[in-house]
Amino acid sequence: MFADFLFRRLSLLLFMLFALTAFTFSLNYLFPRDLLTNFSGELNANYSQTQILEQKYHIDDNLLIQYQAFLVRLFQGDWGLSLSSGQAVFGHVKQLFPATIELCVYALIVALCLGIPAGVICSAYHNKWPDKVISSLTLLGFSIPVFWLALLLIMIFCLSFGWFPMSGRIGLLYEIPPVTNFILLDIWLHDFPYGGQAFADALHHLTLPTVVLAMYPTTVLVRFTRDSMLTVLEQNYIKTARAKGLNRRQLILDHALRNALLPVIKQIGLQFSTLITLAMVTEVIFSWPGIGRWMIESIYQRDYPAIQGGLLAVSFFVIFANMLADVIHTLLDPLARNQAHGKV
Amino acid sequence: MLSIGALLSVLLSGCGDRTAQAQRKIQGIVYCAEANPVSFNPQVTTTGSTIDIIANQLYNTLISIDPLTAEFRPELATAWEISEDGKQITFTLRQDVTFHSTDYFTPTRTMNADDVVFSFNRLFDVYNPFHFVGDANYPYFQSVGMDQLIRRIVKVDDYTVRFELFSSESSFLSNIATDFAVILSQEYAMQLVEQENKQDFDMLPVGTGPYKYKGFLRDNLIRYHKHPGYWKHDLAMDQLVYDITTNNTSRIAKMLTKECDITAHPSATQLETLAARSDIRVDKAVNLNVGYWAFNTEKPPFDNVLVRKALAHSIDFQKIMKAVFYGNGIQARSILPPSSWAFQTQAMPSYDPERAREFLIQAGFPDGFEMDLWAMPVSRIYNPNARKMAELIQSDLREIGIRATIVEYEWNTFLERVGKHEHDSVLLGWAADTPDPDNFFSPLLSCTATFSGKNPANWCNPEFDLLLTQALDTTDLQQRKQFYQQAQQMLITELPVVPIAHGMRFQASNTSVMGIELRPFGGISLANARKN
Repeated sequence: MFADFLFRRLSLLLFMLFALTAFTFSLNYLFPRDLLTNFSGELNANYSQTQILEQKYHIDDNLLIQYQAFLVRLFQGDWGLSLSSGQAVFGHVKQLFPATIELCVYALIVALCLGIPAGVICSAYHNKWPDKVISSLTLLGFSIPVFWLALLLIMIFCLSFGWFPMSGRIGLLYEIPPVTNFILLDIWLHDFPYGGQAFADALHHLTLPTVVLAMYPTTVLVRFTRDSMLTVLEQNYIKTARAKGLNRRQLILDHALRNALLPVIKQIGLQFSTLITLAMVTEVIFSWPGIGRWMIESIYQRDYPAIQGGLLAVSFFVIFANMLADVIHTLLDPLARNQAHGKV
Repeated sequence: MLSIGALLSVLLSGCGDRTAQAQRKIQGIVYCAEANPVSFNPQVTTTGSTIDIIANQLYNTLISIDPLTAEFRPELATAWEISEDGKQITFTLRQDVTFHSTDYFTPTRTMNADDVVFSFNRLFDVYNPFHFVGDANYPYFQSVGMDQLIRRIVKVDDYTVRFELFSSESSFLSNIATDFAVILSQEYAMQLVEQENKQDFDMLPVGTGPYKYKGFLRDNLIRYHKHPGYWKHDLAMDQLVYDITTNNTSRIAKMLTKECDITAHPSATQLETLAARSDIRVDKAVNLNVGYWAFNTEKPPFDNVLVRKALAHSIDFQKIMKAVFYGNGIQARSILPPSSWAFQTQAMPSYDPERAREFLIQAGFPDGFEMDLWAMPVSRIYNPNARKMAELIQSDLREIGIRATIVEYEWNTFLERVGKHEHDSVLLGWAADTPDPDNFFSPLLSCTATFSGKNPANWCNPEFDLLLTQALDTTDLQQRKQFYQQAQQMLITELPVVPIAHGMRFQASNTSVMGIELRPFGGISLANARKN
């Protein structure tokens, strides 16, 4: 049963990847620069270089062969050169993407740690003051545009009070060689003479971007957990349990929470695509050296190979994250496996 | 018992070291720079933002110019001697000067005459293996005509080098003292030749300066480490980090949050905010520079002097001075700034739209025309806000029926395209590298500068070039002055460029940072900078 489900998901994944790569491939033709430049990122190629490039990219062959060559290059990690830096796009992606994922993961952890308990509290005190306070705060957080919140926090906490730095991942004087690209982990792995200070400094830098980015998923999780809990609390088995004389704590923690969290898990996976989009905005405002900031820079500089590469990497990631969340959800919730068709 | 005691003391001392290390705060200076460097070798660029970052920090020159007295000072050369006829200049080199030892190069010898000969040969000698590496374009030296001047460079002995010139030239020593005449390691160059990796030469630098290169992450940061054996002194901090922040406002904000110790070019509007803080010091330095509007004189209709006159008369200089410089600059009266010894006030075109319209009719454009106006995307001393200036000029031009479109590119792309003369007109400027007036003429407006892509007016006038050559051929100051005055006059009649203003150089720094050297010509030196 599960294998069948997995097969359906995987074939869907393959189709999605095909559509994505085909779209990215077609961008080479849609961007205004020269086709060869779009493919390779080589700006001022001389005659002999052009010859070599034409052969490499199968420019004279039909589209199918070109696309096939494109796929092969994609898997080999040859994503062309960035027009503005002259370096390999794949190298940039490898270097910058982990910083974005790091930010998203921290934000998600914050969202989970705050959102789920807050949602549970709301449902436990349904229509009483804790519920009302949290729900209105949630509404507020939900409706604040992320860039505005970021600017507001910078104005108050960085410029007025001077409590937090406003850019980057760590004070620039700390030289942390990237191993995992998760800054806290890297500091820990690397035996740095100023390790303690560096760790504190990194946390200091992380605080505001994480808070900003966590705002949206937290509010979504609060609302989702609350609604899901309320639905579960209406179920007959809960009523039975209550009739047996269980107190509120037992009811919620032992009986309702597990079932109520199932749809929430699925929601976490779906949050990833929104998170990545919001992360881009956050990165630009906090000068976070991640892929979002790089992509937006690339758009400004009309660096087509970079835009393509960034787009591909982000979309790959979002598709995989969604798929993974879906599979995990299905593993935990046997009912979901009965779906006739996979969906993303 | 004794051994336990010894063990304990070792453990304790270990702990002590560790805490002492942790307690010592990490040492270094963070400088917020306004642009990515184009290269890490000053020979191949004249971009001010790049020179600020690389020249004085990584390299040394043979001699330098004292910012106060304008006299030559010994650097890597301890003495120099000029022959009677002025055609031979012999430099005695300093001994025991070490090159940087980096991840990619470990020197086996100290600096000697071979390095000096190699460094200059790269610029002028087509047989030098590095001459054609990159674009073979050495904008400063080519535009001042040094390649036509030097006959050869001879190694007399290990610590003596002789420059033999075709003719004597009064600005030769000044040019050798610029930030562009750095001494590079020949040994490193040969290592790259062996590795067949010559193109790394300009991007992975090795010099003799107080700091050595560690890493560069485009759009993010450049990291330098201290050069432990620096010949001059042992003042450098452990690290010097450049935080690349192109946005003006972000740069100032980072200054306020103490993320930067020093900030380049705060804009005039932000000076008050900065001055209000007790922990921030704003330095102001008179700087030899000029901001101008250059017309591409090879492109019609800008090849017509009447059109250029019309354009020059159409702009309201007063308005620009107020809105762009906020009183922190002076209106130009010539292409030379008033503090230059050859300066002479010129009858500059005044704001007179009526007259401008007449010129346009005379030139055969009664209904005006359409043109591009390129504006620099970064703030520079000579033009803190080119975009705003462009907008003001655009509205002034509309008055006389000319429709101007403002064009902007990323800074390095911008310079590259201006170098290729793709523009109609451009707002640019020049900050001097030496106090010699020739520095304002030859690199900007000579015919050789046109070929090396440095002449934004694309203007080549043999008469004007003759004046410059005559001025360089003599060492008589009065005579030179006369030639330069004629040259200035010629510029006002021909108007390939309209000089607009001379700006002040500003720099904001944390009060705990000392020893920043802002030079009236050339870049900034952080060699003596330290933090308390």
